This record gives sequence, C-alpha cells and structure tokens, in this order.
Amino acid sequence: MTPSARKQPLPLAIISTGFVILWVVLAAFPFIWTVWGSFKVEQDFFSRDTFWDAIYGVRTIAQTGSAFTSDGYYGAWITRDFLSSVINTLIVTVSVVVISLTFGTLGGYALARSGHRYTFWILMAALVFRAMPHITLVSGYLLPFFEMNIWGYLPTAIIVLVAINQPFTLWMLHSFFLSIPKDLDESAMVDGCSRFQAFRLVVIPVMWPGVITTGLFSFLLAYNDFATTAMLLSQPNQTMVPKIASFLGTVQQEGNVMFAVAAVVSATAPLFVLVMFFQRQIVSGLTAGAVKG
Amino acid sequence: MPHRAFFAFILPSLVAMILFIALPIVSVVVQSFYIQHERVVSEVETCSPFGGCTKEMRVDAAATERLREEEPLGRFNGFGTYIDRNHLAFSEVGAILSDNNGLRDIIARVYNLPFYKALSFTLAYTFIVTPLAMLLGFAIALGVNAIPPFYKGPIIFFSLLPMIVTPLVGALIIYWMVSSQGIIGATLQSIFNDPTLSLKSSAVLTWITMIVYGIWHNAPFSFVVFYAGLQTVPQDTVESAMVDGASRWERIRFVIIPHLMPLATFVALVQLMDNFRVFEPIVGFSAEANATSLSWAIFNDLRGQVDALFGSAAATSMLTILGVIILLSPVLVRTWREFNRR
Repeated sequence: MTPSARKQPLPLAIISTGFVILWVVLAAFPFIWTVWGSFKVEQDFFSRDTFWDAIYGVRTIAQTGSAFTSDGYYGAWITRDFLSSVINTLIVTVSVVVISLTFGTLGGYALARSGHRYTFWILMAALVFRAMPHITLVSGYLLPFFEMNIWGYLPTAIIVLVAINQPFTLWMLHSFFLSIPKDLDESAMVDGCSRFQAFRLVVIPVMWPGVITTGLFSFLLAYNDFATTAMLLSQPNQTMVPKIASFLGTVQQEGNVMFAVAAVVSATAPLFVLVMFFQRQIVSGLTAGAVKG
Repeated sequence: MPHRAFFAFILPSLVAMILFIALPIVSVVVQSFYIQHERVVSEVETCSPFGGCTKEMRVDAAATERLREEEPLGRFNGFGTYIDRNHLAFSEVGAILSDNNGLRDIIARVYNLPFYKALSFTLAYTFIVTPLAMLLGFAIALGVNAIPPFYKGPIIFFSLLPMIVTPLVGALIIYWMVSSQGIIGATLQSIFNDPTLSLKSSAVLTWITMIVYGIWHNAPFSFVVFYAGLQTVPQDTVESAMVDGASRWERIRFVIIPHLMPLATFVALVQLMDNFRVFEPIVGFSAEANATSLSWAIFNDLRGQVDALFGSAAATSMLTILGVIILLSPVLVRTWREFNRR
C-alpha cells in the first residue's frame, strides 16, 4: 500500500492530533499543577480570588519572602513524621514483592506445566479471589487478628497483601510460563535433572522478563493499597497512603492541607520514576494478560 | 507433571490463598450471623433519706466488657443482620411498597435506605465508567496510532500516569482542583457567575465528578491494551477492505473493531471487577454524604465511632461477594463450557 493511501486527510489529522493533545493535557496537567502548587502557601494554592495567585505565588512571597516555599514538605516530613511512614512503605513493598514473586513463580510454573483437571479449578478460584473487593476480606481478618493479638504489625499486613496479590501473580506468571517452551525443561529432565533442578537450572535463567513485569504490578498493588493498610496497621506502623488519609482528618487546622499536598506529591514521585524506567514492561504486562488470558 | 511435584511447587501459594482469602471468607460468613452484644443492664436501687427508694436501670459497663471479652463474636442473630434497616431492609421496603405515591416516590424512599444508596452508586459507577472509559481509551488508541513514532513514547508515559497513580492520591489531586477554591472549581464558579456553585453541594454534581474521575483513572488501561491490539491488526485484511472500497470509518467498523473484540471482553472484565470495588474516590472526594459504595459501607462499619460493627460489615461483605459472583457468572459459565469442550 502506498503511504499516501494510508495518510489521513488534513481535517481528520487535525482533529485526531488535537484530540491526542487534549488527552495528554488532561492526563498530565493535574500532576503538574499539584507539584507546582505544593511549593506555595495554602492561600495561594486554594486561592479565594483567582488561580493566578497560585501561579505567581502572591501570598507565598508576602508570607515567606520567596515565590517558592518548602514549608509543606517540612511540615509533612519533619513535623508530622511522614518519614517513618515512607520507611514502613519501603519495608512493606519490598517484602510483598519478594515473597509474592517467590510463591508466584513456583505456583505459576506448576500451573503452566501440569495438565491435570484441578489446575483449571485453581485458576478459576484465583479469578474469583481476584475479583473480591479487598475490604470484604479485611472485614474477615479484623476480628480474628484482634483475638490473636497480631493486629497492627507490619508482618501481618505484608502477609495479607501477599495473599491478596497471589491470584493476580499466579495468572500472570502462569501465562508467562506457558510461553516458555516445554521442551526446554523436559530435555533437562531427560538429561537427568529432577523437576526442581530443571526449574532452578533451566527455567530460572530465562524467566526474568516475566518476573520483572509481574514484580512491577505486585509493587503497585502493595504501594497503592489503602483498604488493607488503613484497617490493619496501627498508627505508628502506618504506610504512606493511610498516613495521607490521616492528614485529611485534621484539615481544619491552618496549613495542614499543604502538608497533605506535599505528602501526596512525595508519594507520587516514586511512581513517576517507575513509569519512566519501566514503561515498556508496564505496557507489555498490561497487554500480556489480554493477549493470552 | 505428577501430582506430588505439582503440589510441592504450588503449596506456598495455595497455603497463602487458603489462609488469607478462603478462611477470611468463612470468617465473614460466620461473623455475618452474629451481632454485637447489647449493653448489660442491671437494676440498681437508690434510696434517699426522704424520698424512699427508687429503682432504675443502669448500664453495667464492667459486665458488658466481660461479656465482650468472653464472646467476641457477639450473640447469634441468624439472618437478622441481613434484613435489618441497614442492609436489605425487608420491612422498610415492604412498607414503602404497600404505601407510596407512585414510582418516583418508591425510588426516592428506597434510595434513602443505606444499603440501596450504596448499591445504586456502586452499580451506576461500574456500568457508566466502564463503557465510557473503554470508548475513550479506544479513541485515544486510534489517535495515538496515527501520530509519528517519535512522539508516541512521551504520550504513552503521560497517559499511564492517571492509571498508575495511587487511587486515593489521584482522587485527592482531582478533588483539590475541583474544590470551590481550586483551579477548576473557582473557574467554573466565575464562568457560571455563581459563587455558591460547589461540586459537593448536590448529589448529581458529586456523582458526575466521581464518574469523570473514574473515566480519567480507567481510560489509560483500555488505551494501552487497544493500542497494542492495533499493532496486530492484519494489514492484508485492511488493504483488501480498501480495495473493496471501504471508507475509513467502515474499515474501523468492520475490520479493526472485530479484531479488537476479544481484547475488549478482557478489558471489560477487568474494569468491571475493579470498578465494582470503588472505594478510595469516596474517601478522597469526601463524598460520603452524597455517594457511598458497598466497599465504603463496609469500611465505615469497621471503623465505627464507638465500636466496630463486625456483624454489619460482614453482612454487607457477603452481599458484595454475592454481587461479584453474579457479575462474574457469565465469564465463569463461558470458561467452564470452553474447558469442557477441550
């Protein structure tokens, strides 16, 4: 086909390009605006007069002498101890990713290599579990956890998040292992490896692309979770997202809204970096489920 | 793979799922049949020198505490919690049905019952956001597909942001912008010249804001999947359609859309599941006065002001799980048939 036949006529090209530009603005502007506004004082970012206040920082200059202020960040990180929840988030996300990938690769590999009937049932059960709203599960945990005295601690939340994460991890890695030829590990077993040796020596070296993609989504689940961590962690053990929600409770006090804005920007920054470096893996992960599932 | 090896491999994952997903569901079932203890009331006689003795009922705090320690589940209530006013509200709905002023009145009064209020927003959100987000995602995918490759990377980067961002954080970012002192809210006020215009003031505006937020949050997923699907459209078919004289629109309608249909089913399934558990936006937008969801109702019961209402939360959870199963049933039935055919 000649390129000219594929080319859009000019009006259509303008509409279509304009639409894409409009979408990019809609997608990106809220983030840019909030990052910009987080360096202003509350009277500017939530101006009663005009939003130009937030752009020029009229009251920020009047109050602090400069057009940008990091008071919000200082308040959130130092005064309200956002730092400790950042550390908690780090512990939770890293543990969840490592544990759920370990469980998930073993389970996903088994599901992909076994032709028995029960694999179907396990996968179906996983699909139903995947659809459960997390808060319904939390309402099941809460009372037993209180009774067993394990409520409020990080390991409790970690193991719960791992379990909530399992259905998705299993599906994803199952379909990834299906794309690795069976012959690979079977020939290793013909050569005298046991099943586990074949897995360790032959499959593990080639599975990293799928594991990294799945790991990204496990990370996102643990990082973005609000329902589980808000209900299962005690105040000092809170991770970032419930901490931000707790800032909102004290919003009436002057300046605290800016603490929340600064905390929100701080919590979004790692995700920006993640998308920047792993865009390709995220896109392939989103589509992998669609193409194979 | 022999059974032994299979179970050796899947054991950790299976144990985690049984312990923390299957057992909690059992625990929810059990809890939903119990209700918290009533306060223990004891009769106390107080005598004054002149007025004689009076008997009065007092709440015995110590005895109540002891009872709760002994039986943390509460007392057995059967299906009582399911049909009380905060859940299916059988007697209230019965009263409304037997005495009302027409359909509008029925809807208005049933909507005022907490469970039906939560259910109606959950269903509206699920079934409005999902198709609209898919439509928007498809349109973006078509647009991006026609753009020079050099710009595609950055466009995909920015497009991913609304989806990847923490739901609560995304909701807050939008909420601050549309609040009456934020950039969008204030601009709308000046456009309509109405200083009292506030997205929080009416239920309709709150619903619209949350649905727009939902579309913004969900569209990137459809976009990415459909965009990947567009790369695999068979060029031969497109070309032969062109030779046959199909217009641009007809090529989309009769070649591209049928090719993307299996992907669309997948996207619809995932988004229905995710939107049915809508929760964070309600917290982020502080919209609980005008819009609640099933997930939010459970959350609200669990962090009740005085005591966590475990029984009530569990009953709502059971009804939610029932909803999920109904939602999934077409998929489950279809997969079951396909599996049997193999």
